[in-house]
Formats: sequence, C-alpha cells, structure tokens
Amino acid sequence: MTATTLPAADHAADGHGHGGGHYTTLGLDNRKVAIWTFIGSECMLFASLISTYLIYKGRSIKGPFPHETWTEPSTGKVFPAILDIPVTSASTFVLLMSSFAMVLALAAVQNKNLPKNTMGEKILGSSKLWLWVTCLMGTMFLGFQAFEFTAFIREGLTIRTNLFGSSFFTLTGFHGAHVAVGVCWLFSLLAIDYKRGLQPSDAMNVDIAALYWHFVDVIWIVIFTLVYLIK
Amino acid sequence: MATIAAAPPYTQTAAESSNTGLWSWLTTVDHKRIGVLYLVTSLIFFVIGGLEAFLIRAQLAVPNGQVLSADMYNQLFTMHGTTMVFLAIMPLSAAFFNFLIPLQIGARDVAFPRLNAFSYWIYLLGGIFITVPIFFAVAPDGGWFGYAPLSTKQYSPQINMDFWVLGLQILGISSLAAAFNFITTIINMRAPGMHLMRMPIFTWMSFVVQFLVALAFPVITVALVFLQFDRFFGTNFYAIGAGADPLLWQHLFWVFGHPEVYILILPAFGLVSEVLPTFSRKPLFGYPVMVYSGILIGFLGFGVWAHHMFSVGMGPIADAVFSLTTMLIAIPTGVKIFNWLATMWDGQLRFTVAMKFGVALVGMFTIGGISGVMHSSPPADLQQTDTYFIVAHFHYVLFGGSMFGLFAGLYYYFPKISGRFMSEKLGNWHFWLSLIGMNLTFFPMHFSGLLGMPRRTYQYDAGQGLDLFNMLSTIGTLVLMLGTLFGLINLWKSWKSGERASSNPWGAPTIEWAIPSPPPEHNFDELPKITSRYPLWDLKGTVIAKETTVAEEAGFVQRSAKQLGIPMPNPSIMPLITAAGVIFMFSGMLFTDSNIVLAIGIMITGALWWISALYNWLMTPLEDAH
Repeated sequence: MTATTLPAADHAADGHGHGGGHYTTLGLDNRKVAIWTFIGSECMLFASLISTYLIYKGRSIKGPFPHETWTEPSTGKVFPAILDIPVTSASTFVLLMSSFAMVLALAAVQNKNLPKNTMGEKILGSSKLWLWVTCLMGTMFLGFQAFEFTAFIREGLTIRTNLFGSSFFTLTGFHGAHVAVGVCWLFSLLAIDYKRGLQPSDAMNVDIAALYWHFVDVIWIVIFTLVYLIK
Repeated sequence: MATIAAAPPYTQTAAESSNTGLWSWLTTVDHKRIGVLYLVTSLIFFVIGGLEAFLIRAQLAVPNGQVLSADMYNQLFTMHGTTMVFLAIMPLSAAFFNFLIPLQIGARDVAFPRLNAFSYWIYLLGGIFITVPIFFAVAPDGGWFGYAPLSTKQYSPQINMDFWVLGLQILGISSLAAAFNFITTIINMRAPGMHLMRMPIFTWMSFVVQFLVALAFPVITVALVFLQFDRFFGTNFYAIGAGADPLLWQHLFWVFGHPEVYILILPAFGLVSEVLPTFSRKPLFGYPVMVYSGILIGFLGFGVWAHHMFSVGMGPIADAVFSLTTMLIAIPTGVKIFNWLATMWDGQLRFTVAMKFGVALVGMFTIGGISGVMHSSPPADLQQTDTYFIVAHFHYVLFGGSMFGLFAGLYYYFPKISGRFMSEKLGNWHFWLSLIGMNLTFFPMHFSGLLGMPRRTYQYDAGQGLDLFNMLSTIGTLVLMLGTLFGLINLWKSWKSGERASSNPWGAPTIEWAIPSPPPEHNFDELPKITSRYPLWDLKGTVIAKETTVAEEAGFVQRSAKQLGIPMPNPSIMPLITAAGVIFMFSGMLFTDSNIVLAIGIMITGALWWISALYNWLMTPLEDAH
C-alpha cells in the first residue's frame, strides 16, 4: 500500500495535543517570535530615518536651526534655537513612565487569578487601571508633540522650510505615528478588558502589545539623545 | 509508533476536492493554494514584463529605430525592470516559499495563515496598481531604481512616478508581512527533530532571504517616503537647492537594492540545491558549507551596496572598501558553484528538464558571476557602468540564474503541486529555446557594452559597430519568447491532462515527498519525527532513492482533516477586504495635486475601510473552538 513511510512524532507534540496550545519548536508562542521579527525590521526603519537626520544635520542653508540662533539675512529677523529641551524632557519622562505602567498592566493580566487581599494588591492587580495609565501617558506624549509641532510652525519652521525641518518632522512624526498606533492598540485591549475581562489566557496579546510599546519607548530615548541632547 | 503513509492524489475525499469555486480561492488561507495563486499571478506578470522587453528590443533592432517614442521607451524599460524584479521573480520565489516551506519543515500551515493571504492580495492589487498605467501611456519612467532628484517633481512633474512611489510602498507591505510570517514559521513550526542543520536547503535559503527582506525593505520604504513627501508635500530631502545630498537616494536605494539581488537569487539557489542531489542520487555535497555560504552571502550582501555607485566620486577609501567586500562576496558564491559540481561528480545523473535547468543555472550564473566580479574593480567599472555590459551581467544572473533556477524548481515540484508531471517533450523545447535564446540575447550585449553602447537610450547611430550585436540580441529575444511560450503551453496542458505522478516520482529524499501529490489540506496526518537530513533516503529498509509509482500507491485512501480530527483554519475574506482598503487608501494620494479634498476623502475612507476590516479579522478566531 505505501511506498514511503516516516516515523510519526509523539502524539503530545501534535497540533491537537493537551493544553489546547499548538506545538511550537521553541515552546514560544508564534506571536512572540513574530513581534520580535517585526521589531528587528522596525529598527532598520528608524535607523534609516535617524541616519538621514544626522547626515543632514548642519546642511540646512537657512534657519531656523535646532541648537543655534539664526538671523535672516534679508530682514535681519533673529530666530532663536528652536528645540525646547525642558519641555521635551518632561514628555520623555511621561513616555518612560508609561513603560513602567505597561509592565504593571501585563503583570496584572498574567496574575489575574491570584487572590488580592490588601489594598496594595488590589491596586497592583488592576489591569484596567494600569492600561488606563499607559494609554493616558501615551496620549499625553502625543499632546506634547502636537504642542511642540504647532509651536515650531508658529515660530517659522515647517516640514518645507529647510533640511532640518524636513528630516526633523519626518523622524519625530514617524515616531509619533508609532505611539499613536500603540495607544489605539492599548485602548483596544482596554475595551476588551471592559467587555469581558482580560484573562491570563489573553496575556500573550498584552505581552506583544507591551513589547511594541517598550520598543517605541526605546527608540524615543535614541531620538531624544541624538536630536535634542547632542548639539 | 504510528506511520505516515503516502498516496496518490485521486483518492482524496470528495469533500476536499469539491471545494474549488471562485469563493474558495478568494477566501483561502491554505498555504498551498496561496502558493498556486502566487505562481499563476507571477507568471502573468512575467509575460507582461517579457512583452515590455520585446518592445524595447524591437526598438533597438536597427539603428535609429522608430518603433517607440523616447518617452514610451523610458516607460517600458522602467516597467520591464520593476515588473521583473517585484512582480515576477520575487513572487515566483514566494510561490515556492508558500508551497514548500511548511511541507519541508513538517508543518500544517504557516504561522499566520490569514496574514499570508493578505500578503498575496496586497501583491496582486499592488501589481495591478503599478502595471495598469502602462496601458494608458502614463507608466513610471524614471528607471526601476527611480534615482532622485530625477524622480522628484522638479524633473518628473507628471503622475507617472507617483504610481511607482506608491506602488512600491504597497508591494513592500506584502513582502514584509510575508517575511515576518515565514521567519516565525521556520523558527517555530519545525516538526520534532527538524533541527536547523537538518532543514532542507531550500528552506534554509528562504530563511536567509526572509531576513534580507525584513531588514532591507524598511530602508527603501524610508527612501520612498522621503520621495513621496518631496513630491506631495514639498519637503527638501532630495532638493539640491536646499542643500540636500544628491547621493542620499542612491545610498538608501542600494542599501536595499543590493540585498534585493540576493533576495532574487537565493531562492533559486535553494531550489537547484534540491534538484541536483535528487537527479544525481547523491546527497548535497558539503551541506553545512552550503548553509554557511548562504548566510555569509546574506550578511555580506548588506556591505557591498556602494559598488553600484563607483562612478559618483566617493573617493579612494570608499571605492577600495566596497571593491574588496564585493570581491569577498564572490567567495561564498563560488563555494556554492563548486559544491554543486561536486554533488554531480560521480553521481547517477538523470537529465530530466528540471535537471537541465539546474545545470544550466550553474553554467549561466557562473558567466554572470564572473562579469560581476569584473565590475568590482572601480577602474574597470568606470568603463562598464551604464553600458550594455552591465545589462548583460545582470541578465545572466537574473535570467540564467534566478529564472532558470525557478524553472528547475517548477519542473521538479510540479508533480507535488498538481499531482501530474510536466511534459518532458515540451519541456525540452522550453529549455533548449530558453538557453539558446538567452545566450543569443545577452551574450552580444557584452560586446555592444564594451563598445560603449549606453543603457536606457532609445536610439543609436549606425556605423559604430553596434548594428550586428543589437540585431542578434533582438533575434535572441524572439527565440526566448518562443521558448517561454512552450513553457506556458506545457504548464497549461500538464495542469489539465499531464501524466499522473505518485507521491515521490523522482525518488527524492526530503519529507514533502512522503505525503500524497497533491498534498491533503492538512499536509501531514501526523506530524513526522525527523531523524536525519534526508529522511526518505535514510530510513531502514528503504532502498536508497526509491521512486514510487502510481500503481504502487493504488488503493490508499487519504482521510480528510475532519476525519482525522485535525483543526484547520477557517477560510476568511477579510485579508482580501483589508488589502483592498489599503490599496484604496494609497490611491487617494494620486489626487493630492489635482483635488486635495478628494484625495483626503479617499484616504480617510480607505483607512476606515481597512482598519474596520482588520478589527473584524483580529476579533474572529482562526479556528473553530476545539
């Protein structure tokens, strides 16, 4: 009847074994491997954007400039250095703290079924609370960015003004778009939490959102250092 | 310990084989069916790209040709390159990724079946988006490399390059989504015992390619975003007057573009590394070295990009570094050539059409490789760059390499895909006409190139010694088209009425040949346990390189996934609807200049469209509860 036979794997390794989960080679969930792959790819995206910003640093033939004042030759109008480091430091702090809240939100989902007796355990174990905090801090970061962008435009720097404007708005705009996607993602998880309650079995879905969120955060640290802090 | 039995195709249960209507293709999430969709679509684009090449050659047949206008010629060479790279060779490789990777690693499907369908639909719709303009003579006309500032609004004010900028971004989504999917699949869905160094070599080369895609495509995405912003929003990335670097585009493009050439060739290398051992009845010579050289090619592929730019004046240090890395990359490539030769050495060679295409790749790619090493020397490259010598070089590696390898894979795997053999008789016509036509077309270009004939120029004067070489190239194109026609007729006839094939008609060693041809929906009744690199040659009691016949397998009845209690992913229309929304959103960009309100309206509608489809997709479980 048969021409070729292969030995079969143990039944427990098969797709419909015990525990409901599918067999994987690493024992890791596919979603986790995929999000790391995605993050690797995103690194190249931001590397290209950041490289372009650095290559074009100091090449703009007219201002406003990030760290130096500029006097428009025709009008004699003086444009001060445009980057507002104290305000951006505040927004950076907010974003970094949101990662902290994200960690607590994931832990709360993973430990949903643990008994919560004290007030502290109840607060730490509330996934809704920490998802709300993360979302609001992400939104607050976006608010800071909107404030920064409008202030720059009022001061005479748009995406069309010079090379600095083009590369700055594109780089930070791409990062802002990533934060916005993350906020939508987290609000979606929050909606599920209100609808039916996030269970420990949902932890992987929160885990990959958290990985994305931390990645966006880490990228901001690089951008903040290279664009704002280094002159 | 249970066993897995092999069987011919026509004993599949009625429920499985009847499910073939149009709707089942639109909603399929089966990697094998998606592979077939990729195969058919990419061959259609291959024909379109071939016809574009024919018009180019018709124009160049005689000096001062009058077939095409200069403008139309620009559109045709741009679309020929874009079509062949992004719409023919990459997706034809993707057809094999889809069909083979899960079978070769012993998986039931890819990691994310619906994402896989989404990749295909994005590719199809994006391919249509970028191809349709040629029929209205408004196709992209700035070359497949789209050099900025030539491609900025200042020098390309028409809508032509808008299609290219947006189309390539759309196609990038498809490649990236597929790369994440296949990397996850190969890392995480190998059958028990399928260690990395037991993986079939095609899967290994595909694995390397997926990393190249994941790391190279973001770079061109950024370059395209800059260009798009320059064209639509008036930014200054490529505006030389504002102080922009005229080389920014070239660097970003070739950081993508050089890994891209390995994205095009490595899958073909992988296929040939499957074909040669089977038809030599010998294991692949130096399997670990083949794997390492593939990885090394991928790694070094990111460090050679500026050899495309020797003529722009980067200075002696950059020229020297990129010259050396380019020479270095010839070493792992040469290792592969010698390993293929050693695989065939002293083997029991069987010259089927698949084997002929495979051997032809070894020869033709070597010619293209050697002319490639010639350009790695900057002084030589300065004489050769932008001439037909370069055209000859990359057609030897892309046609004689990639396409011949993919054809070898097609003839080899067609019995597994369809349950039928391709005709050897028609296949021989296909092979010999392709081989002769290819050499007749591209070999004379070495001479016309060294005589100084420039690329991308629509006319040349008589009396420069170019007439004969160009006429030969044009005649070669006709032979090549005739050969391709035989190949397509063969494919069509064999699909309809080819001779029935057994599960392992070639006596091949890897596990995809242990399951019926074509494979059942769930691939493996039980996940196999892998104990060696060539399981079907190494099993105790099995004659080495045993070919099976249809008669031997008669009477075996393949049970369906349902009968076996294997949960299968449900079909879903959402990948198609999501992809259509993405394309709709991108198409809104085309109206940015003419009607900004319309443009924003389309983009917002498109965004809401694909986001709501995506939410529906994510909220619907892949499988029924079990």
